[in-house]
Amino acid sequence: MATETVIQGTVTRDGQPQGGAYVRLLDSSGEFTAEVVTSATGAFRFFARPGSWTLRALASGDATADAKVDAQQGQVTETAIAL
Amino acid sequence: MPRTAVLVDADWVEQHLDDPKVVLVEVDEDTAAYEKNHIRNAVRIDWKQDLQDQVRRDFVSKEQFEALLSDRGIGNDDTVVLYGGNNNWFAAYAYWYFKLYGHDNVKLLDGGRKKWELDSRELVDDTPKREKTQYKAKAPNNDIRAFRDEVVESIGVKNLVDVRSPDEFSGKLLAPAHLPQEQSQRAGHVPTAKNIPWSKAANDDGTFRSDDELTELYQGEGVDFSKDTIAYCRIGERSAHTWFVLHELLDQPNVKNYDGSWTEYGSLVGVPIEKDV
Repeated sequence: MATETVIQGTVTRDGQPQGGAYVRLLDSSGEFTAEVVTSATGAFRFFARPGSWTLRALASGDATADAKVDAQQGQVTETAIAL
Repeated sequence: MPRTAVLVDADWVEQHLDDPKVVLVEVDEDTAAYEKNHIRNAVRIDWKQDLQDQVRRDFVSKEQFEALLSDRGIGNDDTVVLYGGNNNWFAAYAYWYFKLYGHDNVKLLDGGRKKWELDSRELVDDTPKREKTQYKAKAPNNDIRAFRDEVVESIGVKNLVDVRSPDEFSGKLLAPAHLPQEQSQRAGHVPTAKNIPWSKAANDDGTFRSDDELTELYQGEGVDFSKDTIAYCRIGERSAHTWFVLHELLDQPNVKNYDGSWTEYGSLVGVPIEKDV
């Protein structure tokens, strides 16, 4: 774990956890890096590298939201995304 | 070849859900996805259990592929429509596999499972019953499969397209950012390879970009359409997505997928590697 750079968090809609949402990890140039689907509790997790990232959530009904994070090695960066 | 010969949209699939000659097949990396729910009447192929030899690192044999399709109730004259998660990576891999074993009537669902979910279309959890068949495969068509020696010989000669993310290409990461860091012995890329991430070929919802956009993308990044092309990634599934784009959508004649990809190349002794970090 000490060598990993973890970005994780939850996606909500109207204050409720949004399971089944798609979360994309975009690098500092906006390039797609990875994508995961949120769990029933709206949770997601990426193993990335230190630096600036954009998280983009997509859900049904054309709902999208972005969040910017700075990740550091050996740390878990927690992020909340509200659709 | 018109797009509709190789690619169908969700409306087309909804209209053919009860067509006995159309077999929907879900192919996922995450096999729990199908068990949770899937498109009605879809059967499952497990990328790892069903399409990989469980001892050697290789494909299943022609006989194993025949047994698999027979078991799933897929006949030689059926239209197979593949879809899956991860923006159709594994569905594209299976598509390439079906072509390799000579099943020509195969199509991808544009946007795969993601687009279907984002449209809030019907998903069910009951498993369809299909009568077993006596499927006969053809000898593998290695015109669409590249092996490591050919990749080494292609350095500076053919188009080498590395479809991984920029950080994997440069050598900062060994695997996509949603997977733990592991795999090949060395990081980097094959010298002279162009880094054109698979994701540039797709929209956010997982559907493919237009032919004009795709042509502009690859030519703009320096792919010479007068030359043969080899696509690779980490384990051959994302590059199957790009193989589909180049060979099936853009009709490029000599395009191969290198399924050994970086996990093989990056562990070979003595081959050249370029690294940007």
